[in-house]
Amino acid sequence: MNRSEIQSLIEEKFPNSLIVNENLQGNQIEIDGQFWKDIATFLKNDPKLLFDQLECITGIDTGDDGPLQSRYNLHSMELRHKIEVIISLDRDNPSVESIEQIWRIGDWFERETYDMFGIVYEGHRDLRRILCPDDWEGWPLRKDYELQETYHGIMVPKVKEEEGWE
Amino acid sequence: MGVIQGDQMVLNIGPQHPSTHGVLRLEVMTDGEIVSKITPHLGYLHRCFEKHSENVTYEQVIPYTDRCDYLASMNSNFGYVVAMEELMDIKVCERVEYVRVIMAELNRIASHLLGVGAYGLDVGAFTPFVHMLRDRERILDIFEYTCGARLLYNYMWVGGVSHDLPKDFKKICFKFLDYFEPKIDEYNQLLTYNKIFVERTADVGVLPADVAISYGVSGTNLRASGVKWDVRKEEPYSIYDRFDFDIPIGEAKFGTLGDCFDRYWVRILEMKESIKIVRQALKEIPEGDIFETMPKKIRPPKGSIYRRTESPRGDLGYYIESDGSPVPTRVKMRSPAFTALSCLDEISQGWMMSDVLCILGSLDIVLGEIDR
Repeated sequence: MNRSEIQSLIEEKFPNSLIVNENLQGNQIEIDGQFWKDIATFLKNDPKLLFDQLECITGIDTGDDGPLQSRYNLHSMELRHKIEVIISLDRDNPSVESIEQIWRIGDWFERETYDMFGIVYEGHRDLRRILCPDDWEGWPLRKDYELQETYHGIMVPKVKEEEGWE
Repeated sequence: MGVIQGDQMVLNIGPQHPSTHGVLRLEVMTDGEIVSKITPHLGYLHRCFEKHSENVTYEQVIPYTDRCDYLASMNSNFGYVVAMEELMDIKVCERVEYVRVIMAELNRIASHLLGVGAYGLDVGAFTPFVHMLRDRERILDIFEYTCGARLLYNYMWVGGVSHDLPKDFKKICFKFLDYFEPKIDEYNQLLTYNKIFVERTADVGVLPADVAISYGVSGTNLRASGVKWDVRKEEPYSIYDRFDFDIPIGEAKFGTLGDCFDRYWVRILEMKESIKIVRQALKEIPEGDIFETMPKKIRPPKGSIYRRTESPRGDLGYYIESDGSPVPTRVKMRSPAFTALSCLDEISQGWMMSDVLCILGSLDIVLGEIDR
């Protein structure tokens, strides 16, 4: 099944959930975040779709006060089709429903995206940092991230423009 | 009398522990000797791969990918360049494709040798480990002869490779394969059919196929659960569709489907398949200029791509987002060992404390890749 067929199936079941965006390429679709958990359940269980594999969750910062994005790469091992779901989130209060209980790997992927971008996955049972220390400040992969000066009394090295590492 | 309930005890394994294959801390909740919950704590090797990638140009990302999965650097390079070439729509020349496949498969053998050998070490068999390291050394010698590095190669570049094969490469490689193929039977006699090893691994840590798919487990671990899934066959990249090879899957040889022994056994069988691929590639490799298709400037068009390839540990995916400048906006690595480790809690519950390390070893994790 290709993108437009999957798109029309979603449109049929959840009217007004798709967002029209001309910049999408390949198999990307953009949806409204408030429908996400229902759509995810539908994508996984509908016999025509059967997306049983969550390949990857990627956080993207579009920069310049633009929204943050959570991108989900889904794949169906049985029907051999792919889709990439994009959800744009408000920069000041990024939150979206968790799909951790639909695809179990979502647990760690969501924790990682939370760790790097500060996107809150509502309904996640154990949302805490995974790669950075628990008491780290800030969201490292956001474009406007600024390093903290010290961490437990240790100087945090910074990159200075032109001069290289301090 | 009420129900007798043992006290729960928390036991820390690591971060400095030889059996965690790197710097990993497991917080194990035990009820007597029985494990009731495992909480892995990661991040001790976090080197900010993704953040670094946003500050260097596309070609400078490649050495960082080496350092993620340091046991299979060729495969890490391969995944990245395949994704980049798809994004930039480059068709690389035939010779480069063959060279890459040969290198990736040799590295797969080297990685499996260490994975399997260290697994023997985990469950108490020391000798096979030494034998396997000896043979892995020969593969590293071949790599050194080709590109000058033994572990971190920076060999595959976007559109080409850094060095052409030496003139007598074919001879050396065939010699190694002829030497190595009978060695697998030797390992089988040393380790695979060893009664102690079988008793220790068969029926332990069973990972059912549906749980594996839900946890995103891929590669050898998924195949050991009986799912015939290999990215090289299902979504062929590079020139893998030209070779004739099988996908070994778990066959419940001594215990249940998807147990530790099956995961071990699939790796042994995969080495044989890799030998097959390398032999075919060496026979068919054409002449050509390896720098022919290498772009002068690497400036992919605006857009994004997610591409996965088959590394020795499973589906290695790269998500690359480009805004048209020479520096990537975002590079995300979806590492197979990360997903494999996430199912550890689920499959070790109810097993004895001593089986935890047996299960962990069978997943063949590399911490450099988990923490990135």
